[in-house]
Amino acid sequence: MATEPNPPQSRPLSPHLTVWRWGPHMLVSILHRMTGAALAVAGLALLVWWLTAIADGATAYTEFTAAAAHPLGLVVLIGLTWAFFQHLLSGIRHLVMDTGAGFELETNKRFAILTLAGSLVLTLAIWVPVLGGLL
Amino acid sequence: MSVGDSATPLGKARGLGSAREGGEHWLAERVTSAALLLLGAWLIASLLFLPELDRRTVAEWLAAPSGAVPMALFVIAAFIHALDGMKVVVDDYVHDEGNRFALNTLLLFLAVGGASLALFALGRIAFGGAA
Repeated sequence: MATEPNPPQSRPLSPHLTVWRWGPHMLVSILHRMTGAALAVAGLALLVWWLTAIADGATAYTEFTAAAAHPLGLVVLIGLTWAFFQHLLSGIRHLVMDTGAGFELETNKRFAILTLAGSLVLTLAIWVPVLGGLL
Repeated sequence: MSVGDSATPLGKARGLGSAREGGEHWLAERVTSAALLLLGAWLIASLLFLPELDRRTVAEWLAAPSGAVPMALFVIAAFIHALDGMKVVVDDYVHDEGNRFALNTLLLFLAVGGASLALFALGRIAFGGAA
């Protein structure tokens, strides 16, 4: 801001997290950003590692699967799966809102809660059978 | 990525917004999001329906055009979308122009580098040398 010529003194600031009462729409909004950043950094790093390991050969691939099956690796994978679905469902909600729809308070809140429930259900639907198979 | 002149008349007249531009950026982010919706569903479904996730099975899947092409498109769309999204985060939170430029440039290099690594790996899987 300091580099702008004649910065206005009292421009409105972005709403700050601490001054609002939390609601599902607000949680979903900040989760969209956090899951997006997690997917961009950890998700894409894993994707590159996985594809490179497949191309590199058996040893590299075994290293990857060993890390993925490690308890910490599973936490990361399950977390990224949830982040993927949360970001995807929240993204669909944003596409709907981009058309100007769904801004009524109750509708907006309901869509927000649906993305939270949906991402949990989809994550469980994938990982409960997978973890069941591992045990 | 340009999708045409998409600034609103009011935005154009006032020249406002945290980044002073971005209509095309905003639209491109939504175009790649739609692509990732389809390609992401394909990727999840493929991983679930593969009989095994051992290297041979996965490599055969990615060597065939039906696996290699959507995966290459997924890599490209995902890195463009991730770069667009991270740029929004940087533009929102990093107020010093020099730092903002440096961070955005770093993100661009990381995205181009990561996407290139992934596409090169796909090439090695598809065109042999990796078997």
